[in-house]
Amino acid sequence: MANVDPITRIEGHLRIEAQLEDGKIANAWSSSTAFRGIETILKGRDPRDAHHFTQRFCGVCTTVHSMASIRCVEDALGIQIPDNARLIRNLIMGVQNIQDHVIHFYHLHALDWVDITSALKADPTKTAQLAQSISDWGKSSATYFKGVQERIAAFVGTGRLGPFANAYWGHSAYRLPPEANLMAVAHYLEALEWQKDIIRVHAILGSKNPHPQTFLVGGMAIPVDPNSQNAINADKVALIRKLLRRARVFVEQVYIPDLLAVASFYKDWAGYGGGVGNFLSYGDFPMDNSGSVESNWFPRGVILNKDLANVLEMDQAKIAEYVTHSWYSYSNGDDKGLHPYDGETNHKYTGPRPPYEFLDTEAKYSWVKSPRYLDQPMEVGPLARMVIAYAKGHPEVKQTVDFVLGKLQVGPEALFSTLGRTAARGIETLLLAQKNETWLDQLSDNMGRGILEVHNGEKWDPSTWPKEAAGFGYHEAPRGALGHWVRIENGAIANFQAVVPSTWNAGPRDPMGQMGPYEAALIGTPIADPEKPLEILRTVHSFDPCLACAVHLLDGSGSEIIKVRVL
Amino acid sequence: MKVLVLGLGNMLMGDDAFGGKVVSRLQERYHFSEHVLLMDGGTLGLDLLPFLEDADRLVIIDALQMQAEPGRIFRLEGEEVPCAFASKLSVHQMGVQDLLAVAELQGNLPQEVVVWGVQAGTIEPALEMSPEVTRALEPVVEAVATELAGWGVAPVAA
Repeated sequence: MANVDPITRIEGHLRIEAQLEDGKIANAWSSSTAFRGIETILKGRDPRDAHHFTQRFCGVCTTVHSMASIRCVEDALGIQIPDNARLIRNLIMGVQNIQDHVIHFYHLHALDWVDITSALKADPTKTAQLAQSISDWGKSSATYFKGVQERIAAFVGTGRLGPFANAYWGHSAYRLPPEANLMAVAHYLEALEWQKDIIRVHAILGSKNPHPQTFLVGGMAIPVDPNSQNAINADKVALIRKLLRRARVFVEQVYIPDLLAVASFYKDWAGYGGGVGNFLSYGDFPMDNSGSVESNWFPRGVILNKDLANVLEMDQAKIAEYVTHSWYSYSNGDDKGLHPYDGETNHKYTGPRPPYEFLDTEAKYSWVKSPRYLDQPMEVGPLARMVIAYAKGHPEVKQTVDFVLGKLQVGPEALFSTLGRTAARGIETLLLAQKNETWLDQLSDNMGRGILEVHNGEKWDPSTWPKEAAGFGYHEAPRGALGHWVRIENGAIANFQAVVPSTWNAGPRDPMGQMGPYEAALIGTPIADPEKPLEILRTVHSFDPCLACAVHLLDGSGSEIIKVRVL
Repeated sequence: MKVLVLGLGNMLMGDDAFGGKVVSRLQERYHFSEHVLLMDGGTLGLDLLPFLEDADRLVIIDALQMQAEPGRIFRLEGEEVPCAFASKLSVHQMGVQDLLAVAELQGNLPQEVVVWGVQAGTIEPALEMSPEVTRALEPVVEAVATELAGWGVAPVAA
């Protein structure tokens, strides 16, 4: 067979260029090297259909783009959704968040901290003792860990490492003892089984997974009826309850203990990876169907300069996207920011022809735009959500954050770091895994009281719409604040722009020269071996870079693109 | 015996829609035995694992980069399969290759995996495929039907 050089999908590549001085990162540039501009496909279409297209923006986060685009149309047309629709959406979003976070921890991020090759040297009996000392989880016998070890050895023996290829095995920055490594690898495998189980909730509530079909402008398209086989009925509620409970127990007894155990060996990472120190959350998970921002369980807000004493109001009108260093051109000049309602997606590639060694980072160097809030770069994601909720005195968030900080014996300042970002994701997973069951209880309670409405069809007919309307749809997706902006004219989409979480986090410098969050987070990080910059992966992965929306970390041959210049 | 026919690719990215389009043509054209599941897998990664587990045989249909002229059709099997997907990525760096490797690690890899692929022309935001790749739709639809017949689960014209 001839050369095989497969195509990458929409994800594009994330490329990090870093400059080293005295063994530390002195400067860094984050670039996505693949074009995405799918918004242009939406112009002229029926706004009620937007979610069918946006859910294909990304193969992974199908539900999140559906959610944001439905909400932007509902916002434009002033539609309030019924309570059952709110609860079903919360459940779908809650499940998406926890599934995504667990996959991120075990299947992407863990390999930055866990050395699989070391797990092969572990003593299964000691591994069992370790596992039993930190959790009541049942699968913790020496026989069990021995079995896992044999499976891994056999798999490594085939020479096809699959997801374990391209890591820096044996790197001096790996610090876990062999037994902790074996325990984590066992849980890597268990998490694969777990995520299949929890995502069945989407298949039930979405009628289909992948690509759930029940989202609808005005509510949901899945009926709620205790007496119908084809609706969400008592049997389905019971099944969902069982799945949610199993999911929560895994998070409580496996993910959180593992997170605390691994973190305790890497506490110095509470001192690296802080980044811009500004945080933004749109808020999400409404607790009533008023549609008000205040009803969100995770609050909306903005924090500047790590100032936990001051949470600012978030006003979406203060968002602007810059393209000074991005391969786009704006009709009124590339140095002026544009609000997403007026956003433009005209590509203008000025970078080098591949293959190339380094980008010209003085000029345009990324396909990602630079969104700014009040002209400041913002970190979005679990850390932003948890820090804003913590600063606002959110009771459950405060209690859980303080518990984790106490276990690790560090103060709140430790949150502003690579370790803090990774811990915040676990904290959020725990809170959502617990909250999901209460939303299901409310849905079941509504059903019991004969409240079965799932859709508000008052504004379904375009003849009821104003000639012109504009709306902002927000969602706190697993990776952070996701916004869709729509302008509707004469019943059709006149403009559509999405600002995805990884655009906030992975974007390049702005015209003021301010770095994006990935770039800023890398400054000052020590690199033990420039040939194997594991430390860069730790920080970039701690943001959970979105492969599908903006970036990913592998090049055409399957190795990560990281260029390190040593001065 | 259970067979999974899996179309892969992004429906919004020109020729990358090939896999999904073949699957929808197959669905329009034929009735399938209850042992055959057809699926538009989009660009998903780990979410596809449960479907692999239930399958004894797997047909993947996808747009490929084989350094050939656009529209050229390839049939791959065995060791050629992971090579062909070496950098086709999806969720959390979990591409098709990783998906298959994880299934193998779990002991759930279908015993036979066949890929019907087409050399892509243009992969960029568009709802239409290039004419060359569009012309490959029909032959691949027929090839997959023949493949299934060879496994004793021939589809019946609708």
